[in-house]
This record gives sequence, C-alpha cells and structure tokens, in this order.
Amino acid sequence: MSVAAGASDAIVPSQARADGHSSAWAALAFPAVLIVVGALVIPVLVMVLLSFVDSSGSISLANYWLLISDPSLPTVIETTVSIALWCTLLCILLGTPVAYLLSELPQRVAGLLLIAVLLPFWTSLLVRTYAMLLLLQRRGLVNETLQSVGLTTEPLQLAHNMTGTVIAMTQIMLPYFILPLYVSFRRIDRGMMNAAAGLGATPVRVFWTITLPQARSGLLAGGFLVFVLCFGFYVTPAILGGGRVIMMAQAINTYLGLYPNWGAAGALATVLFLCTLLTLGFMRLCMVYLTRKRTSSRA
Amino acid sequence: MLSNERQISHGRRAWLYLWTSAVLAFLVAPSLIVIPMSFSASNLLEFPPSTLSLRWYASYFSSSEWMRATAISLSTALLTVLIATPVGFLAAYAVARTTPRLGSVATAIIVLPTILPHIVVAVGMFFVLSWAGLINTITGLTIGHVVVALPFVFVVMLAALKSYDFSQEKAAVSLGASQFRAVIDITLPQLKMSLITAALLAFISSIDEVIISMLVSTGSASTLSRRMLVSLTDVIDPTIAAISTLFILVTVSVIVIVQLTGNRSALVPGGTER
Repeated sequence: MSVAAGASDAIVPSQARADGHSSAWAALAFPAVLIVVGALVIPVLVMVLLSFVDSSGSISLANYWLLISDPSLPTVIETTVSIALWCTLLCILLGTPVAYLLSELPQRVAGLLLIAVLLPFWTSLLVRTYAMLLLLQRRGLVNETLQSVGLTTEPLQLAHNMTGTVIAMTQIMLPYFILPLYVSFRRIDRGMMNAAAGLGATPVRVFWTITLPQARSGLLAGGFLVFVLCFGFYVTPAILGGGRVIMMAQAINTYLGLYPNWGAAGALATVLFLCTLLTLGFMRLCMVYLTRKRTSSRA
Repeated sequence: MLSNERQISHGRRAWLYLWTSAVLAFLVAPSLIVIPMSFSASNLLEFPPSTLSLRWYASYFSSSEWMRATAISLSTALLTVLIATPVGFLAAYAVARTTPRLGSVATAIIVLPTILPHIVVAVGMFFVLSWAGLINTITGLTIGHVVVALPFVFVVMLAALKSYDFSQEKAAVSLGASQFRAVIDITLPQLKMSLITAALLAFISSIDEVIISMLVSTGSASTLSRRMLVSLTDVIDPTIAAISTLFILVTVSVIVIVQLTGNRSALVPGGTER
C-alpha cells in the first residue's frame, strides 16, 4: 500500500507564500530525511554495490552471470512484464469510465461513492488477496454461482494460475488508477464541455475530443503507477499463483533463501530497482512533454 | 435547460452507471464477503454460512502463536506511530515554511518509500540490518515500518499545513511567545484532527506491511502479517478469515473516523482536490 507517486507533484507548493519562507525552516525536515536516507537510500545503495562484489570480496559481475545462467529467469521476467501489462490494460478499461462518471456526479454523491474506492485502498493487501482466493478458488463463490446458474458445468480454473493472479492484482491496483484520474477529470473546466455540447457535439465526441485529452496527465500517471507497482508484487502471485506464477520479487526471495552469499538476490533486486527508476524516468519525460505541448497549444 | 440535458444524458448513460456499479462492487464485495464467511462453522467457509459459529475467532484468540504475532505487530505499530507522527509532522512543517526548492528536495526524498518496490527496500534493509545484528528484533522491524509510514504522515500533515494560516503564529510571536510556544499552543491544537488521521494511517500502514516484515522478522519474532502470509502460501488455516475480518474492522473504523473529522482528502492519494 502506498501513496500515489503523483503525490510529489501535488505536494510541491505551486506558489511561494509571501510571508515567512526561509531556508532555515528546512532544518526541521532533517530527522525525516535522515531516517529515509539511513534506512532506505543507503541500504539500497549498499545492496547495489554488493551486487558487483563476488563471494571472495573482489569486484566482479559473478552475481549477474549467476542470474543469466539461471534457466528459469527469462520466464520470471516475461511473467512479470506480461502481468504488469495485463493489469495496466485492465485497469484502464475498467477504471476510466468509473473515474469519469464519479467526476460528473455532484461532489456529495461522488464523495460517498469514493469510499467504495478508498475502503479497498486502505484494506490490507493480504486480506484482499485472501478474499480473492476465497472467491476464485475451485469451490469458491464465483464457480459455485456460475455452476448453479448453469453457465458452466465444470469449475473454471480461476485461481492457482496466471488468470487468478491478474484478476486479483487488477482488483488491488484499480484504486491507484481511479483516484488520480478522478482528480484530473474533476479539474477540467465544465464550460468547455458544455460549449462543445452546445455547438452540437455528441456526448461521445465531447468525451474523446475535449474531456479525455485534458485528463491525459492523470491517465498517464495512473497507468504508469499501476505498471510500476505491479513490477514489485510479491504477496498476490505467491498466494493466487499456486506456485506456478513466479514474479521477480518471489525470485529475489527464493535466491535470498538459497544462496549463502545472497549475491544473486542483490543482483536481481538491483535489476528490479533500475527497471523501476527507468519506468519512472520515462513517465516524467512523458509528463514534461505533455505539459509543454498543452501550454504551447494554449498560447 | 441544463437539467433537461442532464436527463437526456442520464438515459443514454445507463451503461456507464452499470459499468461503474459493477466495478465498485468488484472493488468492495470480495473483502466484505469474508466477514460472513468468517462466522461459518465449516472448514470450507461457505457463503452464506449454513451454521454460524465463532470457532475461528476462538481459534485465533486461543492460539499462543497468533497472539504472540499480534503482540509483535501491535507493539511495532505503536512504536512506528510514536516515531513517524512527530517526525513526519516536523518534515511537513519544514516543507510548508521553507523555500519551494528545498521543499521539493525534501519531499522527493520522503516519498521515496512509496514508489520503490518494497522487496528492493527490504533486501537492502536485510543486508544492513543483518550486518548491524538487528534481524528478528522489534528495533529492526520498527526502523523498516517507520520508513513505510513516514510518507503517509507527511502527505496528510502537509495538506493540512498548506491551508493553515501561519500569520496566527506570527501574531503570537510578535506578542512575545517563543516560536516553540506558538507551534505548541496555536498551531498544533488546530491541526489535532489531521494529526489523529496521520497517526491512524501510520498505524494501518505498519500492521499491513508484509514484505519488509517477511525478510526482517522470522521465527518467534514474526509479525501477524508474516504469519498470515506463511499460512496462506502453505496450508490455509480458516482462522485467517477471522483475522481478516478484524483487519477490515480496523480499516473501516479508521476511514469512518477520518470521514467524521472532515479530513476526507487525506485519504485520497495524490493530495487534495484542488
């Protein structure tokens, strides 16, 4: 569970307050910065450095050779990427209409309905994964219902495989997609949409030509966020994959238990770390490009 | 005229309403269905339960292993709240009052734990904590959880401070109060509700944390979430349905408290709706 990455954009003060701003106040942030640097930045850097050191203590790529020579690793990476892509696609398909409708509703109603998005967002990942397992397993509620209605005769294989993992991860990631997109739909000036409708545009056309282009930064932020966060999933594939779906985080944990020098675990974690950084950097670039395009088209 | 247009679009949008209801149900229903299932008497946890029983609750509260894990989770969460809340508040206060440039640097560092995969953070911590001899200790676990909880406190407090009028503090200082007194007597009482929200979210983020706990605490020092994970990947103990219900209960009460204190935007990641 985490705060949206987009938070960093929302947080930075957009305009400086005229009064009382001084760099001396920054000292108060020292304990927090110290904790994050000491307990996160330095350990991760140590991990990255150690991944280039072999068991005898000399600098080498031995750990990375170990990774490359592991025949199961290509499958792990392929699984990770395809699950992340599927979840992102499903979140966009399922979530966009929801975010749009919520933004159109009166604030009070939308606020109430948002609880339905926030409740799962704040519910333990383990609990939600367990709930999905209870629903999707062979004798779970979904299969029992489908059979009693007569839609299927045999129970569908919805858990202990890729399908179950993707369904559950989509369910878990949806709030991360809906919330930023909802916020950017809300920011759009109603006047423009009403004007387009008044000039005879159909609602579908208004949505595609006016609404969606203006919400693209939210769409992009939500989509990338889902993609990046999917990369690091451990709990859901471990429980709903039934041992058949191995993502990068699980492989890291397996290495950590198998090798005495933990080198391969550090190397794979470094790869995951770099993939995350690259994706986030790419997202930044896209956002900068979009805002530039928007301001230039307005000018 | 506007209402007329609205009515037309309501009819055309039937599919949109249906779609949204289906997705919202997909989001909420799974967790809610666990609640009645946890009262089922059978090992299979039927829905709806044919006979009601509290046996899974009894099995949870009578198991010394589950109770020990719960005690470890609760004490870690409490320590996390006690550290993360003041530290996060100070950082938010600093960012609200310092120059935008310094503020954005501090913000970028403090929200780092929310964008990096927990497994990466956990492996790094595992290396450093095992070197420091802090594996399987509440100290090591608390360090990990404070890092995870800090961004939540920070974001909530920063949102509150951004709409706070600092001239009140200035007035107090110009009347002779020390800056420290001004914060304690003027600012903090007005931010009480946000502080409660921040502390509650820090608490939840600590008890829900799985990955760092998984690597940093093992054996008798296992947290509740770690024990649940082990059981879920091995032989599933229906007791977990009862524990899950308790987790959901905690989450629902936190959300209700936050909504009642009028701090709704604190729950929305990405900040306020402005």
